Amino acid sequence: MENTIKKVSIIISKGSLEGIYPGLIMANGARMEGIEANLFFTFFGLDAIHKKKQKHIKVATVGNPGLHIPTWLGGIPGMSALVSWRMRKSIESLDIPPIGEFLELIHDSGCGMYACKATVDMFKMTKADFVSPVDEIITVGEFYEKAQGGEIIFT
Amino acid sequence: MAQKTLGGKTVEVDDQGFLKNPQDWSEELAKLLATEIGIGDLQEGHWKVVKFMRERFLKNGDSPSIRTLGKESGVNTKELYALFPKGPAKLAAYVAGIPKPRGCI
Repeated sequence: MENTIKKVSIIISKGSLEGIYPGLIMANGARMEGIEANLFFTFFGLDAIHKKKQKHIKVATVGNPGLHIPTWLGGIPGMSALVSWRMRKSIESLDIPPIGEFLELIHDSGCGMYACKATVDMFKMTKADFVSPVDEIITVGEFYEKAQGGEIIFT
Repeated sequence: MAQKTLGGKTVEVDDQGFLKNPQDWSEELAKLLATEIGIGDLQEGHWKVVKFMRERFLKNGDSPSIRTLGKESGVNTKELYALFPKGPAKLAAYVAGIPKPRGCI
């Protein structure tokens, strides 16, 4: 059972449901395989760890050709909420937790969780805005130090 | 089909060493399987997780996710990783004599 990959550092830069979950699933999956893992949240990815915004993460229904619905339809009020609700239901049915619970699970499994200092400052946020699994706010230089010796994955 | 001999008993295994037939399993065999993956002494916590995994698999035909394991086995996520640092679900399944979990979570 030798793993060839020993360590991954995953960057989450998008704030949509479909932008956040892949990075979380990859981080959790790494820990499940005994691979060391770090998560680094930047730009709108910070919404995933923001106490207030975390509960309102949605699927983008405009400008998202993957959904295969016309842009005008995606833009009508309530459409994003509806699609997001349906996707959350399918995620739950696969026993994948909601974002808040998932972050706790991943952190308890030993994955480091960090917020990007540049964007935290830009959005005028502080450590108090973030949920408890977040370890620290770090600079890009510190991120590279933590990522040393492993793979970096940008999502 | 690959085979291996543990404690004088020959069992069928997959290419990663997981038991092919869960009915070949015994507590004695579990101790030998654990030694193979570097757990020389199975503690009470290990047994709790291993037995939970095995019961769930025999009941549902599927291994529980790490989420279910942390919530329902009586051993929380942090303890799970302390007991099985190289991956609780995978290693507990190995010791429990059930197939490697196929879920992504």
